Amino acid sequence: MSQQTKGINIVSALKDTVIAGLLSLIIFGPVVGVLLDGYDFTFQGADVAFIVSIVMAGRFAISIFSQTEFGEAFLYRQATKDDGVVVTAPGYKSRMRFIIPIMIVVGLLVPFIASKYVLTVVILGLIYVLLGLGLNIVVGLAGLLDLGFVGFYAIGAYGLALGYENLGLGFWSMLPLAAIMAAVAGAILGFPVLRMHGDYLAIVTLGFGEIIRLVLTNWTSFTHGPNGISAPLPTLFGLEFKRRSREGTPFHEFFGLPYDSAYKYIFIYLILLLVVLAVLYIKHRLTRMPIGRAWEALREDEIACRSLGLNHVLVKLSAFMLGASTGGLAGVFFATYQGFVNPSSFTFFESALILAIVVLGGMGSTIGVVIAAFVLTVLPEMLREFADYRVLMFGILMVVMMVWKPRGLVRVTRTGFATRKGSAK
Amino acid sequence: MDIILQQLVNGLTLGSVYGLIAIGYTMVYGIIGMINFAHGDVYMVSSYLTAIAIALLSYFGLESFPIIIFGTLIFTIVVTGAYGWVIERVAYRPLRNSSRLAVLISAIGMSLILQNYVQIAQGARQQGVPTMLTGAIRLDIGDGFVQITYMKLFILFVAFLGMGVLTYIIQKTKLGRMCRATQQDRKMASILGINTDRIISAVFVIGATMAALAGVLITLDYGAFDFYVGFIIGIKAFTAAVLGGIGSLPGAMLGGVILGLSEALFAGLISSDYKDVFSFSLLVIILIFRPSGLLGKPEVEKV
Repeated sequence: MSQQTKGINIVSALKDTVIAGLLSLIIFGPVVGVLLDGYDFTFQGADVAFIVSIVMAGRFAISIFSQTEFGEAFLYRQATKDDGVVVTAPGYKSRMRFIIPIMIVVGLLVPFIASKYVLTVVILGLIYVLLGLGLNIVVGLAGLLDLGFVGFYAIGAYGLALGYENLGLGFWSMLPLAAIMAAVAGAILGFPVLRMHGDYLAIVTLGFGEIIRLVLTNWTSFTHGPNGISAPLPTLFGLEFKRRSREGTPFHEFFGLPYDSAYKYIFIYLILLLVVLAVLYIKHRLTRMPIGRAWEALREDEIACRSLGLNHVLVKLSAFMLGASTGGLAGVFFATYQGFVNPSSFTFFESALILAIVVLGGMGSTIGVVIAAFVLTVLPEMLREFADYRVLMFGILMVVMMVWKPRGLVRVTRTGFATRKGSAK
Repeated sequence: MDIILQQLVNGLTLGSVYGLIAIGYTMVYGIIGMINFAHGDVYMVSSYLTAIAIALLSYFGLESFPIIIFGTLIFTIVVTGAYGWVIERVAYRPLRNSSRLAVLISAIGMSLILQNYVQIAQGARQQGVPTMLTGAIRLDIGDGFVQITYMKLFILFVAFLGMGVLTYIIQKTKLGRMCRATQQDRKMASILGINTDRIISAVFVIGATMAALAGVLITLDYGAFDFYVGFIIGIKAFTAAVLGGIGSLPGAMLGGVILGLSEALFAGLISSDYKDVFSFSLLVIILIFRPSGLLGKPEVEKV
């Protein structure tokens, strides 16, 4: 970097601007400017002019900015940045130990304060927290890109619905069974593929997710195809949450309460909250255990790990299965919350949304994933008028995050260690 | 018998188009080792550009088939090429030295951007183009007959012409030599004075133009498309690239033809509901048992 102050070169900035303008005219001109209408079309010149002028103004601003001293310093920081993990000092006590109990208490109180609508949105948010945590183990910790995560989600959801219909199994027996089924599916899919190059895994899992969806759609005699299938509600020691129960007394009659459809959501919420807390705790402990460290080490350098004697297939497989089983759990909750499942809930878009949660929250960061899941699911509920732009935002988010902060907004912190007094050096 | 022959004809034309798209995957993978997820959506954009070009040309009163087809091809190839260049510049070049995972996620983001951008700009409903070339050759075989439309012949002709031109460029021209050098060893090529960034851009543009060719041909034949067509055909073209051996140009074409033929036979003889399941299963099976494909070289890990 030269220290002498050089003037801002307006001419080159203008040249960049004109080139960017011409390119954006070629790019956006036909697709935005010519609105197809049958075999006919209408011109949308104003839209094109608007987009092109935004691109040109943006390019000009960037050109000028990168020539200022501040801009050069910024670019230099970007080029040499090192946003790895933060290692805290040994014996450092995080403020989280106060925040977490408060959050748990608030979480337990939510259903008794919030309205039914808010509660349903929060349940959906928690389901995505679960999905995000599952995918975070696979993508964030183990560095395996899984684009068919929605397949495991579908296995959980359809597991509950089909298990109830064909075998008469309820929510409580399907909850562990669905996790096991999803993990087995993950093992069958993962075992042969995990030996290979990482990029192929992305494609194979993408194909797997689509196969699951296509089979669910086309195998109408078993899954009822696109019409979907109903799923049971959870029961409290055999008490049902329906208005009328076929056998036994429903929940509200047993306690002599008037019937309210919010009870079932409160109950689902409380179970879901406990499951999410359990998964959070397990994940928190796993990242500090040898297996968790092996995941992260493999993500960083596979060849080095293998030469140190790690069985890379088994280590990856454990992450893949654990992530899959978390996805299966989320699926069971989704099915019981909706009371109904059909294949259109399990498209590739859903996998992309879960991936966006992990990317935004930070690879491997737990708290980041929780926040990102709520931001990405609750925000679209509130901003309904921007619903058309949702996917566009996710896409831009993924590209910008990868270029700007590939490790996510929340940095991963790790506890430092020091040798104990009296131990060998 | 006639069903099988008819499906073979359909499969061959479809397969040659898969081959064209697979070229984009295989060249990009060969040169920077990434799966360009947005490639299927580049194909989708070119379908829209085809319809736009036809609408524009007929607006200016040009109705004769050769002019329309020629104008549409030129327009679509140029604009889609620009898309290829811009996508590489915006989403992949800043990540040249990042982890493979970061590039892959960026590519998925780009794919979502393209889909949703076209959906917003052109609406979510299905679009169509008028039929341009009608008529068919009818071959009587035994009791039945096989019908080869002129459009299918045209697709085969243009697809193989496109592949031939590309093979010539890669094998005989200076640009092709630089591409092959960069593919073999990027660092060494740049030491020898090749502007590798520019070559990588060129590869993206070449891939996009091949996808544009495929987009024009398929759109003219099928007539209907929407903003989601790129996803399925993208995975299938990737399957073709892997089947032929990723990184190998003749492999991409061979893989495309084999995939097209086997898929058409499966659809004709067993079940057309499950033909996508068949293709995806084929992909999984190839990756498990022969990840280097038919003509590819086995990948060697280097430290």
